[in-house]
Amino acid sequence: MITRTEASFHHWRRSGGWLGVVVLVGMIAVALVGPLALPDPASQPDIVAGAQPPSLAHPFGTDELSRDVLSRVVSGARISLAIAALAVTLSLVLGATFGLVAGYWGGWVDAVLMRLVDGALAIPRLFLLLLLVTVWDHLTIVPFVLVIGATGWFGTSRLVRAEVLRIKSEPFIQAAQALGAKPARIVRRHLLPNTAGPLLVAATLGVGNVILLEAGLSFLGVGGVRPPTPSWGRMIFEGKSVLATAPWASIFPGVAIVVTVLAVNLIGEALRDHLDPKNA
Amino acid sequence: MTAPSSPPPLVRVRDLVKHYQRRGVLRASTERVRAVDGVSFTIPTGETLGLVGESGCGKTTVARTVLRLEEATSGSVRFGEVDVLALQGNDLRTFRRRMQIIFQDPYGSLNPRMRVGQAIGEGLRIHRVVPKRDVPERVATLLAEVGLDASAARRYPHEFSGGQRQRIGIARSLAVEPDFIVCDEPVSALDVSVQAQVINLLTDLQNRRGLSYLFIAHDLAVIRQVAQHTAVMYLGHFVETGPTTEILSRPHHPYTQALLSAVPEPDPSSQRLRIVLSGDLPSPAHPPAGCPFHTRCFHPLKDGRCFTERPTLRPVGATETACHYAED
Repeated sequence: MITRTEASFHHWRRSGGWLGVVVLVGMIAVALVGPLALPDPASQPDIVAGAQPPSLAHPFGTDELSRDVLSRVVSGARISLAIAALAVTLSLVLGATFGLVAGYWGGWVDAVLMRLVDGALAIPRLFLLLLLVTVWDHLTIVPFVLVIGATGWFGTSRLVRAEVLRIKSEPFIQAAQALGAKPARIVRRHLLPNTAGPLLVAATLGVGNVILLEAGLSFLGVGGVRPPTPSWGRMIFEGKSVLATAPWASIFPGVAIVVTVLAVNLIGEALRDHLDPKNA
Repeated sequence: MTAPSSPPPLVRVRDLVKHYQRRGVLRASTERVRAVDGVSFTIPTGETLGLVGESGCGKTTVARTVLRLEEATSGSVRFGEVDVLALQGNDLRTFRRRMQIIFQDPYGSLNPRMRVGQAIGEGLRIHRVVPKRDVPERVATLLAEVGLDASAARRYPHEFSGGQRQRIGIARSLAVEPDFIVCDEPVSALDVSVQAQVINLLTDLQNRRGLSYLFIAHDLAVIRQVAQHTAVMYLGHFVETGPTTEILSRPHHPYTQALLSAVPEPDPSSQRLRIVLSGDLPSPAHPPAGCPFHTRCFHPLKDGRCFTERPTLRPVGATETACHYAED
């Protein structure tokens, strides 16, 4: 007989969730500790030499300002991962709340909330962000995270609402009502746990999205990180001008983005399967 | 309907009506679905009223409105001295402890993400039936009462069979110590061998705890085993009510006769005519004028009166029947 913990463990191994965890934890550890061991990402030891290809001294090469790409990727990880984690968490909380409220209460509450969401979804997120950052001029990192988080939940709320509408008619919800459970309890104990699947999918997609969004906005110079602070997105766009002669300046931060998004997706998929009691 | 020997009624339902407004594509075109169109019944303490009828006849709506899972359009529901339909907010939530429901679908009736112990313990916590620290112990007692091992509390619903899940649902209802339980086709989704076990469990619990049941079923074979009294429902109306033995042995309404002819006969030598009703249940949005059953009635005396005048329940023999020609 296989116990529940063993079964879950097998499941994690099979799904590659453990690989995602190892990669992500490694990435976070490097982001925290790495900058202490690496050269100052802002230092320009040999500015006249321009971009240098990877070598022993600079494993990822240097960019056109002669800054060490490795140490910039590592310090960029702090910024990019922190922005992604915080913004996605905010989006999930908002999306889950609005989706649960709209789906459970229905009626005019649902109609009003969902028309607002429809309206917001009709505007491309980048335009919405540009609009917001224009109003506030330049954003420092905290409001930047808030703005990205606050514009990222519309799709999530729709997903959650659809799931709630499906679950709401299940007899176990009626059973909870018949037991005298208050709406808050029904939402928290019965609806929310059953929307974990779509929420995790939204979260994993969201992390990739936010990293890329931050990259685009940094490039446009409208938010978040300002030079010389490195973020992965900024580095790719700064490397654009020398892409033909010094591709490493863009490739390495690009690889960092791909690896991170992949790791998060693996974790999300494994978590989704794991949270489904049928697979445990 | 209450026989002279019966104890005083616990549940008294009078002229219960539930109409749904179905909104058309254009807001102006609303139509009225008469799911329940004026039913009355009583259930004595410790007894079972069987409620039989086809799918869509309004049985479940009766149950849901009595339990206040849906709001009645009109009528009254009294539970002891309590006017159930007048309860609001916290009063209603507190009162819910006294009436519970067991569902047909053993899969949808349990939250897949909640361990069995949490599911059964939920009612204990909501109504503070026992102090918090005693909840696990009480859950174990309840599991034992429905014939499950205490270790079930730590497991998830999907690890159990249909019959076991029904037992879990029963334990969840019992947790709040109700006086009255609606059993909404609790065995219809189960294998025949398991049906008997669950029915026996329900009967045992009734005897031990003095429970009253409203037992919904779509065939009379199950009703025979559990109910002292039976009501036969057709298109939102009761067409015949009475002691179950009478309904089963001497039915007066043609619809009851048809239902009864569908019950398998254990004695192969007994010759009984199988009545097969033609056509479908008419839409409750457009019920037939006159007797609701006239579109499918096979009574030889069926005449113009049946098309225009709706029969009401009246004593015929030992039952009450809503048929103009029940005597013949």
